[in-house]
Amino acid sequence: MSRFRNAWLAVLAICLAGTAYAQSGKFPGVGREATPREVAAWDIDVRPDFKGLPAGSGSVAKGQDVWEAKCAHCHGVFGESNEVFSPLIGGTTANDIKNGRVANLSREDYPGRTTIMKVATVSTLWDYINRAMPWTNPKTLTTEEVYAVTAFLLNLAGVVPDNYTLSDKNIAEVQARMPNRNGMTTAHAMWPGNEFGGTKVPDVRAKACMKDCATEPKVASFLPDFARNAHGNLAEQNRMVGAQRGADTTRPEGKAAPAAAPAAPAAAAPKAEGGADNKAAIALTAKHSCTACHGMTNKIVGPSFADIAKKHAGKADYLTGKIKAGGSGVWGPVPMPPQSIGDADAKAIAHWLAAGAAR
Amino acid sequence: MKDDSINSGRVRKAPEHFLSREGIKTVWSEAKRGRRDFIRNAFAAAAAGAAVPVALAQGNPVPPEGGDPNILNLPEHATGLGQGVATDGYGKPSKFEANVQRRQSPGLTQTTQASVSFAPLQSLFGIVTPSGLHFERHHQGWWDIDPSKHRFMINGMVKKPMVFTMDEIMRLPAVSRFHFIECGANTAVEWGNVAVPTVQYTHGMLSCSEFTGVPLITLLELAGADLKNGKFVLAEGGEGSAMTRTIPMSLITSGEVIVAYGQNGEMLRPENGYPLRLVVPGVQGVSWVKYLRRIEVGDKPYAAKDEAIHYIDLQPGGLHRQYTNLQECKSVVTTPSGGQVLLDKGFYNITGLAWSGKGKIKKVDVSVDGGRNWRQARLETPVLSKALTRFNIDWVWDGKAAIIQSRATDDTGYVQPNYQQLRAVRGTRSIYHNNAIQSWLVQENGEVKNVQVS
Repeated sequence: MSRFRNAWLAVLAICLAGTAYAQSGKFPGVGREATPREVAAWDIDVRPDFKGLPAGSGSVAKGQDVWEAKCAHCHGVFGESNEVFSPLIGGTTANDIKNGRVANLSREDYPGRTTIMKVATVSTLWDYINRAMPWTNPKTLTTEEVYAVTAFLLNLAGVVPDNYTLSDKNIAEVQARMPNRNGMTTAHAMWPGNEFGGTKVPDVRAKACMKDCATEPKVASFLPDFARNAHGNLAEQNRMVGAQRGADTTRPEGKAAPAAAPAAPAAAAPKAEGGADNKAAIALTAKHSCTACHGMTNKIVGPSFADIAKKHAGKADYLTGKIKAGGSGVWGPVPMPPQSIGDADAKAIAHWLAAGAAR
Repeated sequence: MKDDSINSGRVRKAPEHFLSREGIKTVWSEAKRGRRDFIRNAFAAAAAGAAVPVALAQGNPVPPEGGDPNILNLPEHATGLGQGVATDGYGKPSKFEANVQRRQSPGLTQTTQASVSFAPLQSLFGIVTPSGLHFERHHQGWWDIDPSKHRFMINGMVKKPMVFTMDEIMRLPAVSRFHFIECGANTAVEWGNVAVPTVQYTHGMLSCSEFTGVPLITLLELAGADLKNGKFVLAEGGEGSAMTRTIPMSLITSGEVIVAYGQNGEMLRPENGYPLRLVVPGVQGVSWVKYLRRIEVGDKPYAAKDEAIHYIDLQPGGLHRQYTNLQECKSVVTTPSGGQVLLDKGFYNITGLAWSGKGKIKKVDVSVDGGRNWRQARLETPVLSKALTRFNIDWVWDGKAAIIQSRATDDTGYVQPNYQQLRAVRGTRSIYHNNAIQSWLVQENGEVKNVQVS
């Protein structure tokens, strides 16, 4: 009797244990329900129908302040800069706002395509500014600032007036004024499902002819001679053994070095060893995203490290202050925003700069 | 910018904005000045010359001393003691392979964090891209994320939103599959004219790996996703730009889309999304969201930045095609290819890669006369759906000018078009989805050049 009862209790215990995991169905113990706080923290996307858009508002005037402090150094004061990223604003007209199609997009000779020329949905601007801007400090703008910056950009493009305040209440009206709102099509065969309708028939249909197919081929395009070495020495970009070598593009064509003397691998070439301090400082410039605006030897938005080192040789304290406080006027009108960087790191970078910014 | 003066028609700016008008003009004017005729004439003469038997040179002649010193004199490695095991806990390629590197295209982008590096296709064999040579495309820089702190969330049209740790995802039944990943902007710089010298820069935003992970459908079912009304899924990354893309539910319910942590037998590389990325077979790389943190099930598409501002294809007439996700059938000869020099006349193995976002490669044809006549190449196994396929074909180079091309056909019957066919429909300003046939001109001096033929 007792043996039977114990066995039965054991079975019962197993069943009870099972119920604890029943909620996970097929894969017990894997995953748990997300809390509302967790979902709210990550679910930040905003759809074209404005699902996900938080309530709030921001004015063009406020947007201009935010822009000049946090955005202009990459995008230009008027969103027109081509220095770091493609221009955001330009190329649209009042007529485009009326028609919902940007006329310049149909011009073969129009030189560029700005964001406002392309984007059909205002939600895209709000969503991306909110999730990814400023570039070196994403997700730090307040909801008001995101509305304000969006309003400022739309104002630059003539979509909203100077005294406008963009909000969740009126954003649908703004959508109806987007210059390229009717400029998209999904009538193509390149979406791998049937969700958009579209078509299953490819737009380009070639045939696999095998014999006497085309007329005699003519070379219509090739790289000009002066671009021969533009991608670096191709001899150093090919394996040193095999059926072919890379062309020595440091010499004119046809004057290639003999195959018996292949170019030494680029990476194996002896390099001047930089000091450990230099390496550490360079690593810090990457860690703090200084390299987004400053190149080692080339100007990007700001001056190169080499140029700074030349101009401010020995002035480590001055540079430490500049790194932390930002400023403008020394190198041009584009401001460098104050950097949120610890004293030790700022000093290390400043000393490296003051000492010549060596690799 | 200071590099305006050296404009060469090559790429500048982000990959979405390559084509420099000045550069195009320069190339055209250069061509008009007669270089085009020079090359054309050289090629025409060679084509007319027919197959004159040529005494083919011996690539490895016997030296005057009667034998190769590499044979006659035993080297150190044949007469000494080699190195011990585990000299290097994670082995590296031979020092003689140091030229094989992924590279940036000079002048393409202004920053390295929103940029591209290209895989060295000219130096790769088979179909697998070594993980360290996998192409990179970052929109806001890469990170090496602590996997113990990485979380994956599913929300939206689900019975209950869920979160998973990496430990939990790695407990689930796993699949391993080979798939290619190609950036939608691969070959973008060549829409209007030749812009870059080698296959690394023309086609190097292409890689293929064995990916290991959990089918996304498994995780969606766990969360009780509404698979009927939830027609779209938003995939979101955990890095600074929190990259988002809309994924079609039909591709997910087919079981093809994988939440992957493994790549070529080890974990994903940080540059490729460690510890978790989405694998969306056949679809352009931007949808393979790295550092994947969240999947949202919805009933409408999301028009994310990279499907409403970039990765949209401008057509003649000014409309943009939106949600052009598929990578259509394409191929390229990887050797001999642009920037290489053939060492001598004689036998060569022409080899290359073919792929299709719609399925398997059915056949690849190769031409050495600029597209007039074609021969069918050998497809090497494995031939897998939505993976790279390696092809080879024998060729004896007689020392005359030749134009090498490859043309792939997939198992839907779609044939890779040439530039005339592609441009006739899409113009030259699409930026994305250039799958035209590539031409390599082998010149009489052995140097191979990137050309486009008309």
